[in-house]
Amino acid sequence: MATTTTTPELKTYIGKRVRRVEDPRLITGTATYVDDIRKPGMLHAAVLRSPYAAAKITGIAIEKALALPGVKAVYTGKDVAAVGPVPCAGSMEDLRIPDHRILARERVYYVGHPVVAVVATDRYIAADALDLIEVDYEPTEVISDPEEALKDGAVRVHPEYPDNVAFTYKQAKGDVDKAFEEADFTCEERILVPRLAPIPMETRGVVADWDEGAKELTLYSSTQIPHLLKTQLALQLDMPEHHIRVIAPEVGGGFGSKCNVWAEEALACFVAMDLKKPIKWIESRRESIQVVAHGRAHVDTIEIAAKKDGTLTGLKLHIVCDIGAHHQLLTPIIPTLAVLMLPGLYKFRSFKASLVGAFTNRAPSDLYRGAGRPEATYVLERIVDKMARILGMDPAEIRFKNFPEPAEFPFETVTGLQYDSGDYAAAFHKALDKIDYKACREEQKKARAEGRLYGIGISTYGELCAFGPSPATPAGGWECASVNVKATGKVEVLTGISPHGQGEETSFSQMVADAFGIPMSDVVVIHGDTAKVSYGIGTFGSRGIAIGGSALHLAMQDIVAKATKYAAHILDVDADTVTFKNGTFSSSAAEQTLSFADVALETHLCRKLPPGTEPGLTATRFFEPSNFAFPFGAHICTVEVDQETGETTILRFVAVDDCGKIINPLLVEGQIHGGVAQGLGPAFMEGVIYDEEGQLLNGTMMDYAIPKARHMPWIETDRTETPSTVNPLGVKGVGEAGTIGSLPAFVNAVVDALSPLGVDHVDIPMTPQSIWRVIQERSRS
Amino acid sequence: MEKTIRVKVNGREYERVVEPRLLLVHFLREDLELTGTHIGCETTVCGACTVLLEGRSVKACSIFAVQADGKEITTIEGMASHGDMHAVQEAFWNEHGLQCGFCTPGMIMSVEQLLNDNANPTKDEIRHGIEGNLCRCTGYQHIINAVEAAAKAKAGA
Ligand code: FES
Ligand code: FES
Repeated sequence: MATTTTTPELKTYIGKRVRRVEDPRLITGTATYVDDIRKPGMLHAAVLRSPYAAAKITGIAIEKALALPGVKAVYTGKDVAAVGPVPCAGSMEDLRIPDHRILARERVYYVGHPVVAVVATDRYIAADALDLIEVDYEPTEVISDPEEALKDGAVRVHPEYPDNVAFTYKQAKGDVDKAFEEADFTCEERILVPRLAPIPMETRGVVADWDEGAKELTLYSSTQIPHLLKTQLALQLDMPEHHIRVIAPEVGGGFGSKCNVWAEEALACFVAMDLKKPIKWIESRRESIQVVAHGRAHVDTIEIAAKKDGTLTGLKLHIVCDIGAHHQLLTPIIPTLAVLMLPGLYKFRSFKASLVGAFTNRAPSDLYRGAGRPEATYVLERIVDKMARILGMDPAEIRFKNFPEPAEFPFETVTGLQYDSGDYAAAFHKALDKIDYKACREEQKKARAEGRLYGIGISTYGELCAFGPSPATPAGGWECASVNVKATGKVEVLTGISPHGQGEETSFSQMVADAFGIPMSDVVVIHGDTAKVSYGIGTFGSRGIAIGGSALHLAMQDIVAKATKYAAHILDVDADTVTFKNGTFSSSAAEQTLSFADVALETHLCRKLPPGTEPGLTATRFFEPSNFAFPFGAHICTVEVDQETGETTILRFVAVDDCGKIINPLLVEGQIHGGVAQGLGPAFMEGVIYDEEGQLLNGTMMDYAIPKARHMPWIETDRTETPSTVNPLGVKGVGEAGTIGSLPAFVNAVVDALSPLGVDHVDIPMTPQSIWRVIQERSRS
Repeated sequence: MEKTIRVKVNGREYERVVEPRLLLVHFLREDLELTGTHIGCETTVCGACTVLLEGRSVKACSIFAVQADGKEITTIEGMASHGDMHAVQEAFWNEHGLQCGFCTPGMIMSVEQLLNDNANPTKDEIRHGIEGNLCRCTGYQHIINAVEAAAKAKAGA
């Protein structure tokens, strides 16, 4: 069954399109995801969730469920009261953190709120048992819309607070009011950034296993942050952290949704310890869409001020963020990233931003691919386009006009960020050339003369990535790597990041192979097991290679330094005379050379131990970045809108991205493609819909649309490479770029296509229906 | 209530006693321990559970194990033979047609049928052929490349 094929051996690997070492197990069906794990005596849990958006729980009858053969236990909120609340990492002064228990107590606050857990011998029986539980709900008034929630006298989600303000956040710099007074032109737009369901193809899932003898708890969870989860579980369960092991096995996609600490994780652990049985809980897709924190969820009002010549002078933003009924791990932090990244690639002179988090009777919102930055980029790129139209300027020209020059880096934005490096005009030129912008404009003239709706949309975006310097992150922003060279010269890398599709087993192996002059097949990269890797932060925020790879780089330097000492001693020469190249230690003072494996063996046999040197060849290093890294790029899209049906066809989509230095272009392209799909989905089809009663109207995959192959344009990628200055690899990060850049390009293209009808904004998702409606309205007026 | 079924999976005969309501996908994954077939939705939308039943692709979450009685099934575990990857698997590997890999087994099974029906599909035919398979990671572009590469490899073989 297992494959015998190996990657063709190359001389060097970095920068090459190397196919992945992860893939053989994934394409033969031999990889192990959480639901593939089985333990002797394992029981299956299922969770009963609230059908109401707001209600008091007046009674729970579990007897019938307990009587069902195969049912082993039933837990209500009261039974798990000893488990601490679901954590939230926000730190605003006025932040309100409602008591967020792993199962509801007196009230439920949103549809999908977990109420009762059932444990049975198989998943069918557990599901049957849910039907036998009777919960008496006394429905209370619901507040579903975030703007309504902030109005005086609105129904309160949490009666213990005087209003629905979860937190506020403000930032300002420069005299923005003056900028607006003195501006030649100003413009404003109210832009909706709907809630999105992350939908990794593998839902969440856990297996909790308690070893009574060793007093050790093992949790297998489909998570992006096994180490942080372990620490949080120790706190929630009030258990010594060193008795907890978290394993992230194969993880079937995350996109931020698994960068969280979820109620069901602690719940499964609690039940496993209580029953002294392994417990499996696998989320259904319906639950996933219902309760896995939705992303975005903004109502934004943005205003900009400009001079006649297109110079952008002032920027104002007000965000209402619908945070739902409870905070998840990073809920309050995510919208603040939108504020920080608001100026995008432009030299604004002044700005003012305010943000209000509104409690609503909806599921919690939190991070989803891009997290704050797609929101910022979208509203900014929309309003800059609108300003260009007002000024009668080409939308490309207004962007060129406001970029900082390469010589101005590190460039400090009006929001106080230090952009590390960039040549924004170069990437933008490349994109314009690739799509042949002039020819597109000519084509547009022709199309318009024929009455066709043809549009060109531009987005030049920047993002804050490679999370991040620790002082700017809630739980440390560093990463850890250990390199263990075995006696046979094989290399084991232990990394604190936790990839789930990004492919760092491959890119890290490429780095190691080049650094040590060995084949990639001599390297194994281990991640996602807290019992093997000492600690780490995880994989999110485009940080895997930039931070985790930098830690690896430092550890490899230590290895080479120590191995060089050994080599010198064995060759009986001065260490200064020894060089290490292509896997060979040589010295100008000796004829003999040593291979990496030779030295590795000597470090274990220690027949000739250099004085003051310890046996073995291992190194552990931590990397703390001095700042975030700031990738950037330009996405350009051409579309044609069918007047009759409102259907939009993407004609071309060009993405030029600069993510700094690249280890594997094949994987970088994959990240861009997938990212673009997750930017375009919301542009024309995705969006979580709640009604006024807080009912989720599209809670299944039948109703919540994500792109299929036929919805996607062919993405023409290219890149520029501006090394980052904040890590030794010069890497910036690429996981989120596509999602951030693509959405505004599409929307600007459609608005451009519709502009002959006098349209200057249409909210997303731009479904054929919504576009058709706009065309009808405009054609009538 | 329980019923005995006999199936041939990846060339091997199995006889098992199952509940009539047991889904084929759970039968494969839990009774036969063939966990390469995944569950992404349980509602016939995502295609992660795609297997070949009597040589035609079906979503194993949408039929019962008892409906497969007496039939032949191929799952992802049955694609490679004697340690050699199947042409479609090899192409997915070479073209980076997967990231997290969760959709991949189902995707490969659908592609197998697509190429059996149409040895040289156009990009649009490929898009249509994998219409029932959702991938959240790749944006499908490298999957389309992989299908084209597999078609070429099969033609050359
Ligand atoms: S699990 Fe069968 S189609 Fe999704
Ligand atoms: S590779 Fe992750 S869903 Fe397709």
